[in-house]
Amino acid sequence: MLWYLGRRLLQVIPVFIGATLLLYALVFLRPGDPVAGLGGERGLPEAVQQQIRAQFHLDQPFIVQYLYYLRGIFTFDLGDTFTGRPVAEVVAEALPITFQLAIMALVIETVFGIGFGLFAGIRKGKLFDSSVLVLSLLLIALPTFVTGLVLQIVVGVNLDWLPVTAGRDPDFYSLLMPAIVLATTSFAQILRLTRTSVIENVTADFVRTASAKGLPRDKVVSRHVLRNSLIPVVTFIGVDLGNLMTGSIVTEGIFNINGVGGTLFEAIQRGESVTIVTMSTVIVLVYIVANLLVDLLYAVLDPRIRYA
Amino acid sequence: MPENRYDKAPRPGQGHYVAAPEDVTVGVVDAVVTDEAPSSMWRDAWRDMSHRPLFWISAAMILVVVVISIAPGLFTDQLPRSGCVLADSLLPPSREHIFGTDKIGCDIYARTLYGAKASVTVGLLTTVFVVVLGTVVGAIAGYYGGWTDTILSRITDIFFAVPFVLAAIVILSIVPSRSALAVALVLASFGWTTIARITRGAVLSVKNNEFVTAAKALGMSRGAILWRHVLPNSSAPIIVYSTVALGTFIVAEATLTFLGIGLDPSTVSWGGDLSNGRASIRTNPEIMFYPAAALAFTVLGFIMLGDVVRDALDPKARKR
Amino acid sequence: MTTTITLTDGTTEDAPVPAEKPDDSTPLLEIKDLQISFTTATGTVDAVRGVDLTVYPGQSVAIVGESGSGKSTTAHAIIDLLPGTGKVTGGSISFGGRELVGLKRKQVEDLRGREIGLVPQDPMSNLNPVWRIGAQIDEALVANGFPGSRAERSARVAELLGEAGLPDAARRARQFPHEFSGGMRQRALIAIGLASRPKLLIADEPTSALDVTVQKTILDHLEGLTAELGTAVLFITHDLGLAAERAEHLVVMYKGKVVESGPAAQILKDPQHEYTKRLVASAPSLASRRIQSAHERGTEAEDLLAEHADEVEAAAPDVVVAKDLTKVFHIRGSRPGAHTDFTAVDSIDFVLPKGHTLALVGESGSGKSTAANMVLGLLEPTSGTVMFDGNDVATMSPKEQFALRRRVQPVFQNPYGSLDPTYSIFRSIEEPLVLHRVGDRKAREARVRELLDMVSLPQATMRRFPNELSGGQRQRIAIARALALKPEVLVLDEAVSALDVLVQAQILTLLNDLQAELGLSFLFITHDLAVVRQIADLVAVMKDGSIVEHATTDEVFDNPQQEYTRDLLAAIPGASLEIGG
Repeated sequence: MLWYLGRRLLQVIPVFIGATLLLYALVFLRPGDPVAGLGGERGLPEAVQQQIRAQFHLDQPFIVQYLYYLRGIFTFDLGDTFTGRPVAEVVAEALPITFQLAIMALVIETVFGIGFGLFAGIRKGKLFDSSVLVLSLLLIALPTFVTGLVLQIVVGVNLDWLPVTAGRDPDFYSLLMPAIVLATTSFAQILRLTRTSVIENVTADFVRTASAKGLPRDKVVSRHVLRNSLIPVVTFIGVDLGNLMTGSIVTEGIFNINGVGGTLFEAIQRGESVTIVTMSTVIVLVYIVANLLVDLLYAVLDPRIRYA
Repeated sequence: MPENRYDKAPRPGQGHYVAAPEDVTVGVVDAVVTDEAPSSMWRDAWRDMSHRPLFWISAAMILVVVVISIAPGLFTDQLPRSGCVLADSLLPPSREHIFGTDKIGCDIYARTLYGAKASVTVGLLTTVFVVVLGTVVGAIAGYYGGWTDTILSRITDIFFAVPFVLAAIVILSIVPSRSALAVALVLASFGWTTIARITRGAVLSVKNNEFVTAAKALGMSRGAILWRHVLPNSSAPIIVYSTVALGTFIVAEATLTFLGIGLDPSTVSWGGDLSNGRASIRTNPEIMFYPAAALAFTVLGFIMLGDVVRDALDPKARKR
Repeated sequence: MTTTITLTDGTTEDAPVPAEKPDDSTPLLEIKDLQISFTTATGTVDAVRGVDLTVYPGQSVAIVGESGSGKSTTAHAIIDLLPGTGKVTGGSISFGGRELVGLKRKQVEDLRGREIGLVPQDPMSNLNPVWRIGAQIDEALVANGFPGSRAERSARVAELLGEAGLPDAARRARQFPHEFSGGMRQRALIAIGLASRPKLLIADEPTSALDVTVQKTILDHLEGLTAELGTAVLFITHDLGLAAERAEHLVVMYKGKVVESGPAAQILKDPQHEYTKRLVASAPSLASRRIQSAHERGTEAEDLLAEHADEVEAAAPDVVVAKDLTKVFHIRGSRPGAHTDFTAVDSIDFVLPKGHTLALVGESGSGKSTAANMVLGLLEPTSGTVMFDGNDVATMSPKEQFALRRRVQPVFQNPYGSLDPTYSIFRSIEEPLVLHRVGDRKAREARVRELLDMVSLPQATMRRFPNELSGGQRQRIAIARALALKPEVLVLDEAVSALDVLVQAQILTLLNDLQAELGLSFLFITHDLAVVRQIADLVAVMKDGSIVEHATTDEVFDNPQQEYTRDLLAAIPGASLEIGG
């Protein structure tokens, strides 16, 4: 287990360096003067351009610039936004909100996705299975922003069940609808994955052996079918954290939440490259760390990995 | 003890029974079926699919969308841009404008039809780029193994660590021109990793097959084996994934355009129309409804097709 | 047959053994006119059509049949574990006087484990990889109402594992299945099957996935254990020799019907039905036994495929000579820098005389396939040489090596993996000709037709695809492809091991005919000594990378020099049977 952990940590380092370098290079290694291109067609005042050049050490060689940028990430000295607020402060304010939202969405999608998927898989071909499958296809086909806007109007405005927007310092109640919206696509995917995996495991030899032992059906399902079906689902959740992060851009934008995604959403609307890159880096970092945690969870679930 | 076991007289119900020869006819051992039409794996898959209504439904949906995107003019006389008259703003459905008009007086029906082209083009182009890049990287990594694999897999990990919509946001926020080709290239630049991983896995499982070893024993070169034996046998999961991925790329393009950093505002697209309609969603939800429905219809078609294709190609679902 | 239940370690008291002594005279299990159907997309398939079967308490009965005969389906129907759409559509299954068909789920659950245990076929897939071995036995105890605390249960688990023949059972119970070898897993599955002292144990090909010596040990152990406990055993097997050795009553099934049943000895000595006759004639274990007894009487058995091997010395030139052949694999450990060297083949010598068959025999991990791959030029030897017609393969130029490929061709084990499923049969057989630029398109087609004739398949087969052919037919195609370039040596790597008995006999005959006709030399890699008796002139027995014995087939069978060879010979099922010529 320790070796697995160590190896996994070692693998994260090149991925982290590579991903940040990539993001950095994307924005700051373009041909032409990157600073002159900022601020859209209007362009930026010369003074601001100078300030940005100094801030990002643009007079230095590329690799030095990148190292400064790395140092900035580790010292939380991330520079300022256009409005003059330190980016670090914005991040510190945004992250907890996005965490809360993402965790709520994660809980919703896994609980319902696994639950529905399990029942659909066991009753393969029955009415429940077919209707759940159609529903999941529809949810995957609908873009998050459409689901979000529809729910906002129907549940928030017409029915008035939940708050329409979250605003500053959102509570659990006002984050519920955004979390549901954020969870929809992944819910459908987890449902389908669980269903497939359950169908596969139901016919597995060890499940038949468990029945032959005399285990009652619910025990067979919970201890053998469900337990083993969780392994691919956990792998998917690791990948899905990326979707949640990008999904939060749209969702937080629609529901006016000041999280990482919402800040990014606003920065995109305003064309603020600096904030976009910094926030993206934050998202990538969270994503890499979360994937590492998911891999450890994976090792807990599957002893073949743990003892490899 | 085995020896005396045989000497005992049989018990009731266990006497020597022999089935009548005509009761069970023992045929020629292992006769070849020669009277049926030959069927390859692909023909089998096709036969399987052609029996599924879902295949025909999804194929028809995709066909409709593709025809509309090639020749939207066949279905309407209205023009999506030049036909807009500001005075006709927000008209209800009528004989002339069957879905009504939007805020600046454009025919919603025409805009929905003309918007198909952008989505289909971006979806198809991205899928082509992603399949080419992902298959090459994944196949080389999986087939050659060793250091090649280590390096290519780490590079894949790095690109995988940046969610592709996020990467697209970063790149597009600084790219000056945003044509369909540009958006597709941007989406593909970070969207190829999953297909590379899928291909690598498929190649790894195929390359240890005995027919590959047999080809090696014939003296066939590694490249030829990869091309003639390994890749064709790895193609099923790639085809399945790319069908579904096409749908997700269309969603991604619409999302980016909705955010204002996808296709240029001058391009008629569902994402753009959804973005324009958002302001008046409470008063005129139909402006958003039609492009959203078209988008969902298209994506649903591809996802359903991917489902059917997977069922038909899944080796576990097949008999052997 | 009266059996007193006495456990060697005196654990009878706390074991939930059925208190009443089994009544010998009434059947424990009685199956009458059983019908089972599966619903498929194209209609219903009758998998079992009117099977009758009787098992008495404490008795061993075997159902013998090839794949698709319905033997496993019949067994699974007893405990209501039919796969997929399978349904009992008629007949009755009575167990201890109680009708089992149509029982409620709860009632069946009570029956399973407690009354009827199951030892499944494949030890690799029948244990759940995510739970410890102990937990998987423990849950069987809990489900079947074992009275006792957690500690008592874990003591019982260790006891059961020990009883199944696993040493150090308490520690083993805390391990996961992937830490167990195949034989150990099978022992764990036996412990599970017997955990609640069922009256009947269904053993579904319990050892077919294991090495022969392990197979014998486990079957012996199972036999002793069930005799001690007074458990009746229903064996499901494809091996007539094994069935006859382990059971007193045989039921032979073919295409869902019982073709013949009766006392084991009688069926073996005097098979009546056409199919049973074929089966008795083809089963390698029985054939090798017959050959051996004929040989001992100084006569020649007619199913001895290889010509008599004494003339090997008659100076046939050696076509392949392996000298000091060694292969070392570097295995990377999970920890950095922790790699080990594994010597798969350890300086072996063997010779293959022209026109003869050399069998390389060994269990899994003995290095026999590695040796074969070095002869095929697929692996480079770490040291030592492979000489082909007196020329060292290692010193050849790439061009000469490419030319050599035409003279040595392989046929592999897995009939489903040895042909590219995307290639038509024609393309598969033609491929070697195209690659080595033999003839024009027309000449190649003529050659493909000729090759199909050679392997006794209709020429029309060439338009078909592998998925339309059976295992035996695919193996014929693989042989045709290997013969396309007119090679001198065929390396047959377990080429008949995956086939059903009758098909296996056919392919062996085909190989023998081809050898006589074309003067081929075979390097025959196998784990099955019974097959070796039928086809090989020379035998090299491998163990842990070394050749422990290398002699003519007669010498090896008559007068084995090594303990290991004797074990292997003893492990051939049916070795204890008395079979007349």
